[in-house]
Amino acid sequence: MATKLHFADRLGAWKARWGIGRMTYLVPAGLYAIGTPTPDDPVVVTANYKMSYDLVRQALAGRNVWLLVLETFGINVWCAAGKGTFGTDELARRIEATGLAQVVSHRRLLLPILGAPGVAAHEVQRRTGFGVSYATIRANDLPAFLDNSMVATPAMRELTFTFRERLVLVPVEMVGALQPTVVVGAVLFLLAALTAGVSAGFWVLAAYFGAVLAGVVVAPLLLPWLPGPSFAIKGALVGLVWSACCYLFANGAGWHVTTTVALFLALPAVSAFYTLNFTGCTTFSSRSGVKKELRLAIPAMGGAIAVSALLVAAGWFL
Amino acid sequence: MKGFRYLRNVVTLELRENACIGCGRCVEVCPHQVFRLAQQKARIADRDACMECGACKRNCPVAAIEVDAGVGCATGLINEWLQERKLRAPGGSCCS
Ligand code: SF4
Ligand code: SF4
Repeated sequence: MATKLHFADRLGAWKARWGIGRMTYLVPAGLYAIGTPTPDDPVVVTANYKMSYDLVRQALAGRNVWLLVLETFGINVWCAAGKGTFGTDELARRIEATGLAQVVSHRRLLLPILGAPGVAAHEVQRRTGFGVSYATIRANDLPAFLDNSMVATPAMRELTFTFRERLVLVPVEMVGALQPTVVVGAVLFLLAALTAGVSAGFWVLAAYFGAVLAGVVVAPLLLPWLPGPSFAIKGALVGLVWSACCYLFANGAGWHVTTTVALFLALPAVSAFYTLNFTGCTTFSSRSGVKKELRLAIPAMGGAIAVSALLVAAGWFL
Repeated sequence: MKGFRYLRNVVTLELRENACIGCGRCVEVCPHQVFRLAQQKARIADRDACMECGACKRNCPVAAIEVDAGVGCATGLINEWLQERKLRAPGGSCCS
């Protein structure tokens, strides 16, 4: 198996992040050999998402390792573990199907730590005789783990969420936000264009798209530097800055006061919603925390949008 | 996780210390170093760092850990609520 990544792999990775043909972007599940492994060499388990597979393959270049690829339907380890496809059943099935017990002489599997939500190590042991060790979080720590007599250091077990790691998540979120954004944008454009003229329509459209981008792109990237623990508030703050930009660029001093207030209410609400949605991509926000935020944020965001719509309507009559 | 803390006092994580056999699996799987092992017993050392991924619960051989794990994004939770009230067909989750 080749361990160098070629241009086609990188192009594919780029396309997969943007959701282009994502479902077909997988490698067949099964047992692969990196280098020329013997029955004594370690077995590393990963998902059949091509990006996960490529990362492991690249990290282990120049070594002799068995790679057991599970069928996760082209989904990465962390998400697949949450859904249960990177799980106990699939692991047991794949060990059986590949005849791993005849291929290797030892009985130890190395799993990524982020696969643990789907796999019950004691059940795998009971059902297959293979013991599970959770190795590292990141694939590129695997060589150091293997060299450290297969003992993970605290750093290998600790999650990070760097600017770069956040950056690669942004395209996925943008694709997810695209459809509702286009629909809402079209409705807003029509309403504004019909009541106040086509140029007003474009201004409204630009303001709305900006608020979406503030929530989907800017707030996630600036995450650790925005104040407070709440995602909704972080998003609303960026939305507020965007509202101020709109006010300055679009000659807000000439607006009716109702328009100004409506803008400063609606845009932060839009940004707040999209930033709150980013909790699905992060690996430190808890479900209970998001629930709590939603209970407060949904009425607040809904109220802001409703008041803003009323103000705009009132503005026509004043 | 360094530089990132979420809301405090919301996490549903529970550990029944008398059931714990001190195997250390929860310490091994938790990516947020929530557990500590001392005198053959696990202890919750940093509850607010828990992201409710459920890895510890799934891997505890004696079922000593309880946590409400699952979908964690706004859209996913809203869909879940709508489904519970039969307002929406099942489907739609956070990561894909
Ligand atoms: S996994 Fe369960 S039994 Fe093992 S140390 Fe943790 S709580 Fe105790
Ligand atoms: S649910 Fe996940 S983050 Fe929370 S304590 Fe268990 S393993 Fe750690």
